[in-house]
Amino acid sequence: MQTLNNKLSQFIIPLVMLAGLILVPNLPTWITLTVAGLAMGMMIFIMASGLTLVFGLMDVMNFGHGVFIAIGAFVATSVLLSMAGWMQAENAALNLLAIGIAMAAAALVAGLLGWAFERIIIRPVYGQHLKQILITTGGLIIAEQLIHAIWGPEQIALPRPASLRGAWIFGDVAIEKFRVIAVVLGLLIFIAMWLVLNRSKIGLLVRAGVENPEMVETLGYKIRRLFVGVFVVGSALAGLGGVLWGLYQETVSATMGAQLMVLIFIVIIIGGLGSVGGCFAGALLIGLTANYVGFLAPKVALGANILLMVLILLWRPQGLFPVASR
Amino acid sequence: MSDTLLQLQAVHTHIGPYHILQGVDLHVPRGRLTMLLGRNGAGKSTTLRTIMGLWQASAGELTLEGASIKGMNTADIALRGIGYVPENMGIFSDLSVRENMLLAARSGPIDRQRLEWIFGLFPALRQFWEKPAGKLSGGQKQMVAIARAIIEKRKLYMFDEPSKGLAPVMVNSMIAALRELKQQGATILLVEQNLAVAHALGDTVAVMDSGRVIHHGSMAELGADAGLQHRLLGLSVGAH
Repeated sequence: MQTLNNKLSQFIIPLVMLAGLILVPNLPTWITLTVAGLAMGMMIFIMASGLTLVFGLMDVMNFGHGVFIAIGAFVATSVLLSMAGWMQAENAALNLLAIGIAMAAAALVAGLLGWAFERIIIRPVYGQHLKQILITTGGLIIAEQLIHAIWGPEQIALPRPASLRGAWIFGDVAIEKFRVIAVVLGLLIFIAMWLVLNRSKIGLLVRAGVENPEMVETLGYKIRRLFVGVFVVGSALAGLGGVLWGLYQETVSATMGAQLMVLIFIVIIIGGLGSVGGCFAGALLIGLTANYVGFLAPKVALGANILLMVLILLWRPQGLFPVASR
Repeated sequence: MSDTLLQLQAVHTHIGPYHILQGVDLHVPRGRLTMLLGRNGAGKSTTLRTIMGLWQASAGELTLEGASIKGMNTADIALRGIGYVPENMGIFSDLSVRENMLLAARSGPIDRQRLEWIFGLFPALRQFWEKPAGKLSGGQKQMVAIARAIIEKRKLYMFDEPSKGLAPVMVNSMIAALRELKQQGATILLVEQNLAVAHALGDTVAVMDSGRVIHHGSMAELGADAGLQHRLLGLSVGAH
């Protein structure tokens, strides 16, 4: 039974896609919805991956993770608005270069903010869950107000450049260009993370630390240093995800991080806390379900993600891919 | 060079409201295998955890090669040259046997010659080298845990009840491995409940009860004196 359950969770993404194919009446619609779902899932994965590792390594509940998403999006907005010439040029290379620079700036600022956030807000409350929830939520509120102070209270439009607008048409199938870019970028980041986690000593330490931090210490490694590194990289990735999400929605607002946190928590819980592979699967599952249900039964779309989480936790209370000792 | 590698003087450890170690005096001589015996709850595992800095001593002094390690963090204590196998083995289940060993090899890539020696001690490891450690049997996991602690030369090896829950055949191969390690001149502190294992391996012995060391002496002496065993431990070698 255990093996069957494990096998089933490995194939859950193809199974959900297959279910979508059966329920959605025509193929082109299914393809469009599937690409949209995968794109949404990839973006959520980029934003959520850091949080699951932060929880896994040090048992830290960071409700303020959304800060890095919002800050990343706003920094990128400022960068892109200052490069309006490149963004409006009818030249895909210039457009992409501008976005690349904006993403780098967003990741850098979010990473630095993550470093400060860990030192000032998280460090005093190690091992105290209730205080972590309260103080990181407080951090989120303060950061949102700082965004209001710096960028003003209104949401800001973030139009995509001409080369990323519109869709590619293949016969009856329309695929939005930006979604393809999100999928490709998400895959690249997932592969890079997988390689680091599985092929480098730092990655081994992170995986070992998620399972048994105390034992990693007794082997002579300082888990706290590792944690700070993971926190900074996780914050930078959240910032990067925030840029993609902002471009996807074509607006950015101070509360976008807080709004996304609900989805992100659902993703890391159904994936299995601490598991990067689980986070990836969970994010794709949420993206696909949101799109299929949104098309098939728009009225239940809002609750679909919560329902999905309830079903998965009833089936596998530790999540799809639980980390061994958790 | 002093004969004592590790010394604990009047060490007290509190865990929450509980006063577990109540003035432990212990010395571990260099190049010998010291047994730490005692009934369940006597404080043996807590003593090892206090040495590793996993619990901080609230009073007393701990020195390794004459230098204090009290109040240091666990990683720094480990880097002073201690290989440690905790009671629950501390295996990383999601990592392969190879990856488990790789993390324990702190000074670079795994030394081939030493690895071959370890494969000689525990042939099963070669077979399961690329398997996730979580998929191994309890005995095989214990082999990984011991192999991980000895993959590089350390000043001191500490094993917390490595025979616990193992089949007799596994216990025998573990005894053989520890005996070989000992013959190489290693200093070992071994916690045990199994008196037969203690008798087979120990040079010196410390017996704990209620958070204190109540007896220090040679293992041969304790092994030969059924009355003393009974008084200190409530059992004897013959009973095992």
